Amino acid sequence: MTNKIRTLDDLRRIREASTDLTSARSKGRASIIVGMGTCGIAAGAREVMSAALRELEKRNIHDVSLTATGCIGMCEKEPLVDVIVPGMGRITYGLVTPEDMAAIVAEHVVNGHVVERLVIGRAD
Amino acid sequence: MPVFRGHILVCGGTGCASSGSQEVQKAFHEELEKRNLDKEILVVQTGCHGMCEMGPIVVIYPEGTFYCRVQASDVTEIVQEHLVKGRPVPRLLYTAPEDASKVPFYKDIPFYGKQRRIALKNCGYINPDNIEEYIARGGYEGFGKALTGMTPAQVIDEVKTSGLRGRGGGGFPTGLKWSFAAKSPGPKKYVICNADEGDPGAFMDRSLIEGDPHSIIEGMMLGAYAIGADEGYIYCRAEYPLAIERLKTAIAQAEDFGLMGTDILGTGFNFTLHIKEGAGAFVCGEETALMGSIEGRRGMPMPRPPFPAVHGLWGKPTNINNVETWANVAQIIVNGGAWYASMGTEKSKGTKVFALTGKVKHTGLVEVPMGITLREIIFDIGGGILNDKKFKAVQIGGPSGGCLTEAHLDLPVSYESLTGAGAIMGSGGMVVMDEDNCMVDVAKFFLEFTQRESCGKCVPCREGTKHMLLLLEKITSGRGTMEDLTTLEQLADMVKEMSLCGLGQTAPNPVLTTLRYFRDEYEAHIRDKRCPSHACTALLRYEIDPDKCKRCGLCAKNCPVNCISGSRQEPYRIDQEKCIRCGTCFQKCPFGAIRKS
Repeated sequence: MTNKIRTLDDLRRIREASTDLTSARSKGRASIIVGMGTCGIAAGAREVMSAALRELEKRNIHDVSLTATGCIGMCEKEPLVDVIVPGMGRITYGLVTPEDMAAIVAEHVVNGHVVERLVIGRAD
Repeated sequence: MPVFRGHILVCGGTGCASSGSQEVQKAFHEELEKRNLDKEILVVQTGCHGMCEMGPIVVIYPEGTFYCRVQASDVTEIVQEHLVKGRPVPRLLYTAPEDASKVPFYKDIPFYGKQRRIALKNCGYINPDNIEEYIARGGYEGFGKALTGMTPAQVIDEVKTSGLRGRGGGGFPTGLKWSFAAKSPGPKKYVICNADEGDPGAFMDRSLIEGDPHSIIEGMMLGAYAIGADEGYIYCRAEYPLAIERLKTAIAQAEDFGLMGTDILGTGFNFTLHIKEGAGAFVCGEETALMGSIEGRRGMPMPRPPFPAVHGLWGKPTNINNVETWANVAQIIVNGGAWYASMGTEKSKGTKVFALTGKVKHTGLVEVPMGITLREIIFDIGGGILNDKKFKAVQIGGPSGGCLTEAHLDLPVSYESLTGAGAIMGSGGMVVMDEDNCMVDVAKFFLEFTQRESCGKCVPCREGTKHMLLLLEKITSGRGTMEDLTTLEQLADMVKEMSLCGLGQTAPNPVLTTLRYFRDEYEAHIRDKRCPSHACTALLRYEIDPDKCKRCGLCAKNCPVNCISGSRQEPYRIDQEKCIRCGTCFQKCPFGAIRKS
């Protein structure tokens, strides 16, 4: 079996590889929140959520929390996505497509640059 | 590795399993699959969260939303609302007893606020059947650290520094105990884990094994390395099938990963571990009886010395510790003895797990730092007395412990303070009683247990507990005399002083403490033939108030012995000669016309 632990380093390697198993049980270093009210879902939030997951998986990112939230009242701008990166406030993106979502993960979450063309609101 | 945006943690402890958590877990799997969410959201079975009374418990991460009493029929709503639409389901959230407000998050629930979880660190957080989750949380790090960088003597010193004491109830310093076994010469030594948890109302060991079996195994291997043993036994009672199952899985995984077996981590250290299932005798929790039982003999205690550290299992030097003691060891090695010793009181360091049961709002498993007061445990963590009745007493330490009163509520909990008040730390059972509990009846209940479990080897325990029980039966049936009280006290002292093992030495504790703190209740049973709490059936009398009786006849219809007569014209009455005091009429009367006295 591949996981045979023969040295202390083996143990630490398995620990490193296993942290991802439980990392979803903590808040994570950043959060992506997708509006999944009836309006959001009708506008395609489900696909946006899947796109976010695929992008995180592709980049092997396990310490970002991805959650759903209800309608926040700006239904015509759905799908709405909030991204919180510590030090950058809470950025709300509107009319997000699955392709936009991939860009948001790459630009905002990974590189720390807000995707200005999609921003519809900011809060601290 | 796939990314999951959410983890659903379903409690798989015995408490939650008996209230339907397995069906809940199955329903989550089905519902997620149906909605195509099974690649996004992971369902994990965990060990006990401690708040068993609120079970089945489901925690959803990353939010950390805590759902109580979840049934399979609630699952569709949780998935639809919480996981799809991001709206928590308020009706399943924890409700604060003070102001009926909803508390959505795990971390904000007062039950957990005052706890300090060390032994229970992983319980309810990881999947106990997955060694990788344990390793991810720092598991086997202490073992690896000791094996590759510490001498056995250094390991013992670290445990000595921590001030850890035997959590099974004895309170003997663990490091010192290890040093005795380490000094005993001989190529063959054993370590044993005592998981023969038999106290009524105690379930800390079971929950620990079910929720985090690897922490116990790691602790045992550290102990084995420290004393020079290469083989171990876990003596677990057969009444804990789930715990045994989890242990078997954990041992097999540790072997698979090369953490158990021969030449572990290339250091030449060997270790094998066996499980021995106990057959249900309470006395087998006593270490010499336990070893006898492993050897295939009848479980009966032997006089000590020789102590197990010198002459233990099959005559070899052996170190026995309780489940909770072992569960603390690995973290002491990782974080250092001084870290552990920074918690607790001067002589009682670290934390202790208690099983909080009885007439308290939140029954369950709590881990608190030593030195916390009983009031904080019962009222802040436990939420106070059920139905807001009056607190009367708390029985600490199971059938070997004692009853403490309201006067002790501000007592800081430590080995010394509890012993001083007449109770013992014991393994950590805590049974809360309210004004409806008769203290004589409580003493009788615990004595019935110890009397039945006495192995019969020594006379004081075998005969003494029997005669004490007969006296208590006499008193609770209203036939007692004041002289009986003196005899009871003398007998209790005798059994305590002269019994061979801990079972007999502590069996009189409930009687002695209730005599000390609730003597007036004993006297009421004897002098006035009256049970002040209306609990002793033989002293009860049910009567119908003719003015309140509406002559509906419900009482007579439900009476199992037909001792109530009456008609539309005349009020009903109870024939006291025939009445068996079952209380059915009292419960059935819609007008409160029946009195207990």
